[in-house]
Amino acid sequence: MEAQTALKETSQKLKEFDIDSYARSVRLRDRVFGVIGLVATFLTLIFLFTISVDLLIDGWSRIKDPAFYTSYPSRFPEQAGILSSWVGTLYVMAGAIFWSITLGVPAGIYLEEYGGKGKVARIIEANIANLAAVPSIIYGLLALGIFVYRFKLGESVLTAGLTLGLLMLPVVVVSTRESIRRIPRSIREASYALGATRWETLLHHIIPYSAGGIFTGIIIAASRAIGETAPLITIGALTFIAFLPPAPWEDFVGMLKSPFTVLPIQMYNWVSRPQEEFHTNAAAAGFVLLMLALLMNSIAFYLRFKVRRRYQW
Amino acid sequence: MVNPAKMLEERKEKMAAVSSTNNAKIEVKNFNFYYGDYHALKNINFPIYEKKVTAIIGPSGCGKTTLLRAFNRMHDLYPGARYEGEIVLYPDGLNLVDRRTDPLKVRMRIGMVFQKPNPFPKSIYENVAYGLKIRGISSKRLLDEAVEKALRGAALWDEVKDRLSANAYSLSGGQQQRLCIARAIAVEPEVLLFDEPTSALDPISTAKIEDLIVELKQRVTIVIVTHNMQQAARISDYTAFMYLGELVEFGQTEKIFTKPEKKLTEDYITGRFG
Amino acid sequence: MSIELKKKLDIALYVFLMLMGAVSILVTFGIVWVLLVDTIRFFTHPDGGGFPSSLIRFFTDKHWTPTFYNKQIGIWPLLNGTFLIAFISMVVAVPLGLVVAIYLSEYASWKTKEAVKPWIDFLEAVPTVVYGYFALLFVTPLLQKFFVYFGVEMEGMNALSPGIVIGIMILPYTASMIEDSFKGVPQYLREASYSLGASKLRTALFVVLPAAKSGVLSAYLLGFSRAIGETMVVAVAAGMYPQLTLNPLEPVQTITGYVVQVALGDLPFGSFEYLSIFAAGFALFAITLVLNSIAVYLKSKSLGY
Repeated sequence: MEAQTALKETSQKLKEFDIDSYARSVRLRDRVFGVIGLVATFLTLIFLFTISVDLLIDGWSRIKDPAFYTSYPSRFPEQAGILSSWVGTLYVMAGAIFWSITLGVPAGIYLEEYGGKGKVARIIEANIANLAAVPSIIYGLLALGIFVYRFKLGESVLTAGLTLGLLMLPVVVVSTRESIRRIPRSIREASYALGATRWETLLHHIIPYSAGGIFTGIIIAASRAIGETAPLITIGALTFIAFLPPAPWEDFVGMLKSPFTVLPIQMYNWVSRPQEEFHTNAAAAGFVLLMLALLMNSIAFYLRFKVRRRYQW
Repeated sequence: MVNPAKMLEERKEKMAAVSSTNNAKIEVKNFNFYYGDYHALKNINFPIYEKKVTAIIGPSGCGKTTLLRAFNRMHDLYPGARYEGEIVLYPDGLNLVDRRTDPLKVRMRIGMVFQKPNPFPKSIYENVAYGLKIRGISSKRLLDEAVEKALRGAALWDEVKDRLSANAYSLSGGQQQRLCIARAIAVEPEVLLFDEPTSALDPISTAKIEDLIVELKQRVTIVIVTHNMQQAARISDYTAFMYLGELVEFGQTEKIFTKPEKKLTEDYITGRFG
Repeated sequence: MSIELKKKLDIALYVFLMLMGAVSILVTFGIVWVLLVDTIRFFTHPDGGGFPSSLIRFFTDKHWTPTFYNKQIGIWPLLNGTFLIAFISMVVAVPLGLVVAIYLSEYASWKTKEAVKPWIDFLEAVPTVVYGYFALLFVTPLLQKFFVYFGVEMEGMNALSPGIVIGIMILPYTASMIEDSFKGVPQYLREASYSLGASKLRTALFVVLPAAKSGVLSAYLLGFSRAIGETMVVAVAAGMYPQLTLNPLEPVQTITGYVVQVALGDLPFGSFEYLSIFAAGFALFAITLVLNSIAVYLKSKSLGY
C-alpha cells in the first residue's frame, strides 16, 4: 500500500518534472563552470604573465644595459653583470646535453626495440619512472657524494654537466621511446625483408626517422635543466666568479675542470642579498633565464609541429 | 541457414497480443546526417509507432547505429556532427534534431541502452537512482520503491535484492545489461533505444533481455538496432532495413521477412550477404 | 661484409644498448648508496652522540642545529617546515587542479586544448628560482599588506607565500595528470550519463571523477611529492629557521632549504655538517619514494577499464 503511493508519487513527479527549467538551469550551471574552468586554466598563465612583467619592470634598468651581459659579478650592484654565469650556463648545458644523449638515447632505443616484455627491460622502465620523480636536490647529493668527493672531479663544469645530464635522462629516454614507437611496424618489416640486420635497420631507418622527435625531447629536457639551481648549489657551485673557464678549443680539460657559476645560481645569490639594488639584478637575470626557457620551448614546439607534418604514417 | 517461416513461428508465441491501433510516436522525415564531409545517412523517412518494437537491421556499416544515436542526440557529444531534416517526437511535435532543440531535453525523454553493458562504477542502487536524482527525486522513501520497481521491471530484482549496495561490476555481463535497462526505465522515458543490446551476451542472457523488451513495449516505445535478423524477427513489430546509409525498406516485420518488396532486402534476409 | 661479422655487430650493439639502459639503474644505486653510507656515518659521528643515541635523538630532539656549537639533531622541525609548506601548496593545487582538469577534459574544445598545451609544457620549464623571486618580492609584500589590513603581522620570511607559489607551480603538472586519468575513463560511461539527461558537471563529478579516482589520487600524491622536494622557492622565501610551528605566517625551514643553506657554506668532506645534509636528504628521499611508489601503484590500478 505504502509502496503503491510512493510509486505513484514518483511517477507523478517524473511526469510533472519541468524539463525546460531544468535545461535552463543546467545550461546556466555548465556555462558558469565553463567560465570558472577557463579562469582556473588561465590562472597559471596569468601567473606566468605576472611574473614575466614583474621581472621585466623590476629589472628593466639592467636588462637594457649592454654592460650587464659583458660584466663579471661585483659587490657594486650597478656594475655587476652576468658574463661568467651565462658562459657557465653554456658550458654546463653543453655537457648536460652530451651526457643525456649518450646515456638516454641508447637506453630509450634498448627499451623500445629490444626490451619488449623482458624482465630486465621492465626493471629499467620502472627505475626510470622512479628517477623522474626524485627531487632534483637528491641528484645534487649524489653528485656531491660521488662525483665531487669520491671520483674527485671537483666542483667543476664536468660535474655540473654530468649532474644535469642525469637529471635530464628520464625525459630523454621517454621521448626517445615515444618517437620510435611512432614508426610503424611495416617500415621495420620492410627493412628486415630486404635482409638488413638489426643494427642496419636501426642506423638506416629507426634513428633517422625518429631523430626529430628525439631532438625535441632533448630540447624540452634541456629547457627544464637550464633553470635548475638546487643540484648545482649542492655540488658547491661558486656564487662569485670573476673569470671565465678556458675556451674549450684552447684547453678542453681545463674547461672541464674549471669552477663555474650559472645563471640561476647567480640570480639566487642576488635575490638572497638584503640590498634592494641587487634585487634589480636578480630580476634582470631571471628575465634572461625565462626568455631562454621560452626560446627553447618555442624551438621544441616548432620542431614537433614539423616532425608531425613530415612523417604522416 | 535462416528459415523465415520457423522464425515467424517462434515469434508468434511472443506476439500474442499486438494492438491494432498505430499512432506514430516518432516520425523521421527527410533526415540526413553528416560527419564532417562524410554523408553518413541519406534522406531517411519512416515512422516509429507508439508502444511497438521497431527494429533497424542491416549489414555492419550501414548506418543503423548512427541513426539510432541521432534519436537522442548522442552525436552532439562529438565535434563534426551535422543533422539535416527532421525527426519529430509526438505528441508535441518537437523536432529532435533541430539545432535549437537542447539535446538535454531530448535525452530527458528518450532513454538508451548501449551495446556494451556500461553501468557506472557505483553500487547497484546508485546506478538505478542516478537518473531519478537528476529529475529531482531525492527522498529515500521514493527512491527505494522506484529502484525496486525498476529492478523488477528489468527482471533483476530477485538476483540483487540482498546486495543493492554491491558494486555494479560485481554482476555478470547479462545482469549488468539488465541493470542498464533498469537504469533507463527507472525514469519512465517515452522512448527507449537499444543499440545491439545483446551482442556482448551469451544466449541465455540474450533470451532474458529479449523477453524483457517484448514486455517493456506495453509501457514504452522501443527502437532496437540489431545485426541479428532472428532477433529482429522474434521481437519486433516493425522492421527497417538499411543499406549503405539509406533506408531500403520499412514495414511490418512479418511482411519484411516473408515477402519483402525489394530484392536487396530479400537477399539480406535470406543471408546472401551481410 | 660477411654475415658472420654482421651477426657479431648485432650482438655488440645489443650489449651496448643494454649497458646504456642499465646506467639508469646505476644512478639509482648511486643515490641509495651515497645517501645510505653518509647517513650511517652521520649517525655514528661523535658530534651526534654516536650510534644508537644519535638515532634516538634524531626522533626526540626538538631542534635541528647540526651546524651550531650546541648540536641538536631532531628532524621534526625540518619535517614540520617541509610538510607545512607542502600542505599549503596542496590547498591551492587540489581544488584548482581538479577544476582545470575537468575543464580541459570535459568542457574545453579541441582548439582551446591545443592552444593551452604548449604553455603547460613551458610552465614546467620556468626556473624555480624565478618562482622564488616572485614569492619573496611580489607575493609576500602583497600578503603583508593584506594581513596588515586585519591587524596581523606577517614575517618577511614565511611558509604561506612559498606554499601558495608552489601550489600554483605544481598546478599544471597535477592538472595534466588528472586529465590523463580522465582520458582513461571509457567514453561509454559518459554516454550512459548523458543519455539519462545529466549535465556536463554532474557527469564529470559523479561519473568521470569516481571512475578515475585512483588516477586522481595518484596525481595528487605526485604533486605533493614534488612540493616536498621543491627547493629554490623555499630556499628564497621561507627563511632559514627550522622550528616547530603550524603558523604559516612564521619563517620555517624545509629539508631542501637546509641542504641549500649548508651547501652554500664551505663543506669539509666527512664533517658532521657535511654528513647532516645526507641524513636530511635521506629522509627526503625516503618520503618521496614512498609517495611515488603509492602513486605508481594507484596508477596501475586505475588502468582497470
